[in-house]
Amino acid sequence: MMASSYSAKEEDGHHSGSAGLGGTAIRTRKPDNTAFKQQRLPAWQPILTAGTVLPAFFIIGLIFIPIGIGLFVTSNNIKEFEIDYTGTDMSSPCFNCSQSFSWNSTTPCRCVLFFSLDQPFESNVFMYYGLSNFYQNHRRYVKSRDDSQLNGDERSLKEPSKECEPYRTNENKPIAPCGAIANSMFNDTLDLFYIDPNGTQTQIPFIKKGIAWWTDKHVKFRNPSSSNPNLTAVFIDTAKPVNWRKPVYELDTDPENNGFINEDFIVWMRTAALPTFRKLYRIIQKKNNMTPTLPRGNYSLEVTYNYPVRSFEGRKRMILSTISWMGGKNPFLGIAYITVGSICFFLGVVLLFIHHKYGNRNNSSDIPN
Amino acid sequence: MTWTNPLTLLRHGWTRHWNPDRPVRTVVSNLPFEDLKKREQPNRRYEGNAIRTNKYRLWSFIPMNLFEQFHRMANIYFVGLAILNFVPVVNAFQPEVALIPICIILALTAVKDGWEDFRRYQTDQQLNNTPCFIFSRKQMCFVERRWKDVRVGDFVRVLSNEIIPADILLLHTSDPNGVCHMETANLDGETSLKQRKVVPGFSSLGEPFQPQTFDSTVVCENPNNNLNLFKGYVERPDKRRTGFGIDSLLLRGCMVRNTDDAAGIVVYAGHETKSMLNNSGPRYKRSKIERKMNTDVLFCVVLLFFMCLIGALGHAIWLETFSSMPSYIVPDSNGNYTPSVLAGFYMFFTMIILLQVMIPVSLYVSIELVKMGQIFFITQDVELYDEELDRRVQCRALNITEDLGQIQYVFSDKTGTLTENKMVFRRCSVMGTEYCHEENVVVPDRKLILEVDRQMASIQTGPYLDFFLALAICNTVLVSSVTAQRQRVRVNVADLAGAERVGDVLRALTHSTKTVKGRRSSSYSGGSFHNMRQWFRKCGLGKVFTSMKFFKRGGETLADPFSIDEDESDGFHSSDVSDAAGGLSGSEEVCYEAHSPDEAALIHAAKAYGFTMMERTPHYVTVKLPDEALLKFEVLDILTFDSTRRRMSIIVRHPHTKEIIMYTKGADSAIMERLGNVFSGDKIKCVEQWCGWKAVCFSLKVISEQEFRAWSAVRQEALSAIEEKEERLMETANFIESSFTLLGATGIEDRLQESVPETIQALRRAGMQVWVLTGDKPETAINIAYSCKLLEHEDLVFTFSTSRKVLQCQLTNASVPEQSLICVSQPVSSGKLGCIGLVIDGPTLSMAMSDELVELFVELCKHCRAVLCCRVTPLQKSAVVKLIRQKLRVMTLAVGDGANDVNMIQAADVGIGVSGQEGMQAVMASDFAITRFKHLQRLLLVHGHWCYSRLANMVIYFFYKNVAYVNLLFWYQFFCGFSATAMIDYWLMIFFNLFFTSAPPIMFGIMEKEVSDSTLLSLPELYKRGQHSEGYRRSTFWIAILDAFYQSLVCFFIPYWTYNGSDIGIFAFGTPMNTVSLFTIILHLAIEIKSWTAVHWVIMIGSVLVYFIVTLAYSAICISCNPPSDPYWIMHKQMADPMFYLVCILTTVVALLPR
Repeated sequence: MMASSYSAKEEDGHHSGSAGLGGTAIRTRKPDNTAFKQQRLPAWQPILTAGTVLPAFFIIGLIFIPIGIGLFVTSNNIKEFEIDYTGTDMSSPCFNCSQSFSWNSTTPCRCVLFFSLDQPFESNVFMYYGLSNFYQNHRRYVKSRDDSQLNGDERSLKEPSKECEPYRTNENKPIAPCGAIANSMFNDTLDLFYIDPNGTQTQIPFIKKGIAWWTDKHVKFRNPSSSNPNLTAVFIDTAKPVNWRKPVYELDTDPENNGFINEDFIVWMRTAALPTFRKLYRIIQKKNNMTPTLPRGNYSLEVTYNYPVRSFEGRKRMILSTISWMGGKNPFLGIAYITVGSICFFLGVVLLFIHHKYGNRNNSSDIPN
Repeated sequence: MTWTNPLTLLRHGWTRHWNPDRPVRTVVSNLPFEDLKKREQPNRRYEGNAIRTNKYRLWSFIPMNLFEQFHRMANIYFVGLAILNFVPVVNAFQPEVALIPICIILALTAVKDGWEDFRRYQTDQQLNNTPCFIFSRKQMCFVERRWKDVRVGDFVRVLSNEIIPADILLLHTSDPNGVCHMETANLDGETSLKQRKVVPGFSSLGEPFQPQTFDSTVVCENPNNNLNLFKGYVERPDKRRTGFGIDSLLLRGCMVRNTDDAAGIVVYAGHETKSMLNNSGPRYKRSKIERKMNTDVLFCVVLLFFMCLIGALGHAIWLETFSSMPSYIVPDSNGNYTPSVLAGFYMFFTMIILLQVMIPVSLYVSIELVKMGQIFFITQDVELYDEELDRRVQCRALNITEDLGQIQYVFSDKTGTLTENKMVFRRCSVMGTEYCHEENVVVPDRKLILEVDRQMASIQTGPYLDFFLALAICNTVLVSSVTAQRQRVRVNVADLAGAERVGDVLRALTHSTKTVKGRRSSSYSGGSFHNMRQWFRKCGLGKVFTSMKFFKRGGETLADPFSIDEDESDGFHSSDVSDAAGGLSGSEEVCYEAHSPDEAALIHAAKAYGFTMMERTPHYVTVKLPDEALLKFEVLDILTFDSTRRRMSIIVRHPHTKEIIMYTKGADSAIMERLGNVFSGDKIKCVEQWCGWKAVCFSLKVISEQEFRAWSAVRQEALSAIEEKEERLMETANFIESSFTLLGATGIEDRLQESVPETIQALRRAGMQVWVLTGDKPETAINIAYSCKLLEHEDLVFTFSTSRKVLQCQLTNASVPEQSLICVSQPVSSGKLGCIGLVIDGPTLSMAMSDELVELFVELCKHCRAVLCCRVTPLQKSAVVKLIRQKLRVMTLAVGDGANDVNMIQAADVGIGVSGQEGMQAVMASDFAITRFKHLQRLLLVHGHWCYSRLANMVIYFFYKNVAYVNLLFWYQFFCGFSATAMIDYWLMIFFNLFFTSAPPIMFGIMEKEVSDSTLLSLPELYKRGQHSEGYRRSTFWIAILDAFYQSLVCFFIPYWTYNGSDIGIFAFGTPMNTVSLFTIILHLAIEIKSWTAVHWVIMIGSVLVYFIVTLAYSAICISCNPPSDPYWIMHKQMADPMFYLVCILTTVVALLPR
């Protein structure tokens, strides 16, 4: 009955429509009966049941625990050595240097620290300097640079960005490189000596290129008018940053590592995210397969102490570390993976137990719904 | 005469127009001044007919649009922030970048506004350039011009089926009777024709219209928006005044019908026309969620304030710890360091800029988009489409979709809303004898016919004849014909009348149906049949379908009492099908254009008994008697129906006896109280027994010539009055309408719409209180209430009625607490009798709503399951709605179909108009318009629920998203000396909110389907969730905020501990965090989404892909474009690092594990 009257109506509507405009097609306002417009698109409705949740827990657990173990083992295999040379202690060899400080002192203050490595460092060793309590991420500090100047822009060299204030000009000359980051560049020099059991010291050779990102060195940082190899002439009308002892074109003797593309400078310019950070200083390359890069034994670290940290109670460290695919030594991620994996697994077990014990009752009550 | 002295006229015009505050407008003909310059025109102060509905002009678009947009608090907030960026002390990274979001939002809105405005401009242009005919003095004829050239004072001619360009005072028509018909469908959707008359004295019969001779001055009221009221007079040069009313005004936008041409003088043009003044855009209502949301936005502001305060204090304290300034603290340009307290103070503002995303500004834009999507889906719902009317559900209010999901009280009109409002003549009572028509008026009562025949045979008058004459002529029904160019109607219904006379119409009907059938198959595409169909449609009585069905069924039994379709069409079958038959045989037939369905039912009933109204002009009514004789009554006056008098009268002169007779029809009470001689009590009793039917009484009064003349003079005076015209007209009407003789009464049944009881029960189960407010009498209302299951038979029903006189007041007072006690105790004592119904009538209601009783009344109502208010005025309806809405603080919905429901619809939180029989006023005032009451069920239970839960979830999600993201930045402040550094690139931060995470929640808000519609319909109880605002509470908000805090902690500290102490740079540190929080936010939504369609997959996966593509591209291209963040190659570097993925996976899992 219902169906027949419906179809009759529909036919009716159709006829009246065609009659309405004497044969020309008339559009009724009837909405299209499409799945999209009627909100009837085929839908996947995931319902959280024990059948889907429990396997998810187990899978997470089973995947995470091996990853965690892998990470943890890798992290443990990384050898790391850290020595603080700030010299806040009276007993520290660098105490004197840390006390008598001025940015402009011409006579370098040197101090030597002795340490020993219990285990040999097998592969390439990365040498870092570490600073703590140094807020390289301070908003105004982070801002205080001129990227186009560093990119070799001639105009910015003459007219550094306003952001560099107050390290923009010195004695009416534009500062190159301008800004607070460059001005506060780390300028300690670290040298490492291996002390033979017989007492002779051999300096450990460093590689100072390849410590910055390739893209930084080749794209982002450029010396102005790179056609002119004479950097002194290029930077002739600029002043050195206030705290620097040497102008920018004297950072290194190697022309490929001088000026703005000096890698120590580039590394420093990549501001650290956290107040305690390390920055790559040098790389000690593995000589051959036979001898470890740094054999077990005694070493001395000779520091040319220039960089003041006393005003902010900072610490300076020297770090030696081998490196793996996951970067430096950090057991946290491994532990975290293991923990989360275990928790998931444990929860899975508990839920499975609950499900098995009470599941039947739940199921029977669920069915009517 | 026309142009004796234009200068004087000019001066007249000048002085008249000098004072714009005058209460009346004076219009003179433009023709004498045609050659004058514009500033010398008398009517120049009135607006021209060109309309401009677009808000902006090209040059003013930007400033005006901006000005309007800044009315929004959110925009002001955002602009304030953008300005803050430019204050040097706050050290914004890149002030220009901060402008981007606000610019995008403003631009988007501006483009939207501009496009809408351009559309308006285009339609305006189209309208303005429509051709029309204006009289020109030079050519001495009507010349074709454009609508925009029409000025006040011009003479305009409109041809048949043309649209009227301005409000025109009708001075001439081609119709010899001086009438003109117009269809107001464009204005109010009513398809019935309205009759307009030439201003008295101008109906120069047969002569061509000569505007150049028009020398009078038209005085009328200033423009107003009342479509049903217009008054004024024409002053001749000899100071004679002729009054006119709305029935002489052709309204702009209407269409002239059935009249070859009509002409008149323009009185209102352009924006001053009544139709333009009635054009108010969609109303702005604020939904409940939005109000709540605004307070939550305030909470966010407070939260933001505290976070900034922590930042500021932290920074000041941090600075205090240094004895001398370290090298990483940058002094100002003079080399001085800001004192730590001041630096902390500055830091507060810097923090605001950094954490500004906390206030979800994009939320408002998103909500608008979501609501547009929701409305799209509501209007597209095929279940809410009405085949018969070819109408979808209309959403007129754009921003309260989710309120549909929170309704607690439903106030419904009865007539036309619960019922069909298609009246069926069921019984009549003449001279105390009752005649029932059980099934169908097509089968007239034999006894009654005999009685009529007897009277016809013996004497020419008698109560039976008078009764049917009254039935036939006492109305305002118009007769229209097939062809547009109508001649005198010559009706040919002889065969039909004959058939009726023998009471055997059934056979005739089936016969004619068969004819039609046969004819249809042969000439299916041939013109005549289709023309007829088209004409049927025009008639607007909704008979097309019934008659068509009729054709199809052919042999089926007609009088099947169980067939609803059948019953619907009962009243019309005879006429329709016979008309159809007539149409096919090539002759003309009658079609009635009734204003109200009662009238249609009555006139069709009269016709069934052989009293056919053949024609109606302003001055004559022609009725054909059963014996084929034509009676042409001269109409002396018509006192039209109004809701206060509740009756209408027609004063005619009988063609034979020359007596002046007044026929009056009205509601039983309106007639009974004015009866001259006390009639037999049993008749009154029998009317009262007709519960469930609308009783209409007919009465007659013979007026003596002198009496009429005296009255007529008073009436004329009242008609031409400008002040207090209504009151005076009412007075005169009341004066003449007294001491009637009762002729008889008719009972008209109004059938319930389909599935009304089911709908009411579903709404009840959904926890809604359903009230019925009706103007009908209590008996009818109660009867309907029982039949639609509003009241159950075992319910305890209290009836309050003032018939118990003054005592009522005390009685109510005493009974209310007592009854409420019963109400409270009863559900406890006996579960079965737990339902209380309350029936209250209008006068009692106003008493109950007086100050001292109102609290008790509301208290009582709270305990009632159903409340039925009868005999309430429109004003009372809205008062009840307002009372409940304010006292109980509930969400109310009002549904109605007639003009008397407009107040109620506007007073309620959600107003729903039923586009039914009684015109479109209710629809115009409503927020949503439906066609059937049953649609309410789906609209509320399905769409309301969906819209509510979607929007609630989306808003919560938006808050969550922003808080989660902003907190990442906040945690970082603890590691950067509260210096407001962001570890995420500024552009990426903006993109994050604008692009990467904006589409999924919008899609979620539009398409989420938590529960399927069939479940929602079968379990109305699910609706209660929305009623109690469970989807969006303060607690949900805070839980979402806490969740956001947790997730941001995880998203920050896992990367932090992973990278702590390493050589990671700021932005290399921020990248995994950004990625992690994107994953978390998207997957969080993925968990919330209950049903996944292809669209969901595309948008979710698309968002993630867009993030990676944009970020990669950005960090590949941008070398030093955005200092200091230098994103160059960071993303690539990170994505080459396995640690990045490990961190992402771990963090996402940990962040979402609690869910």
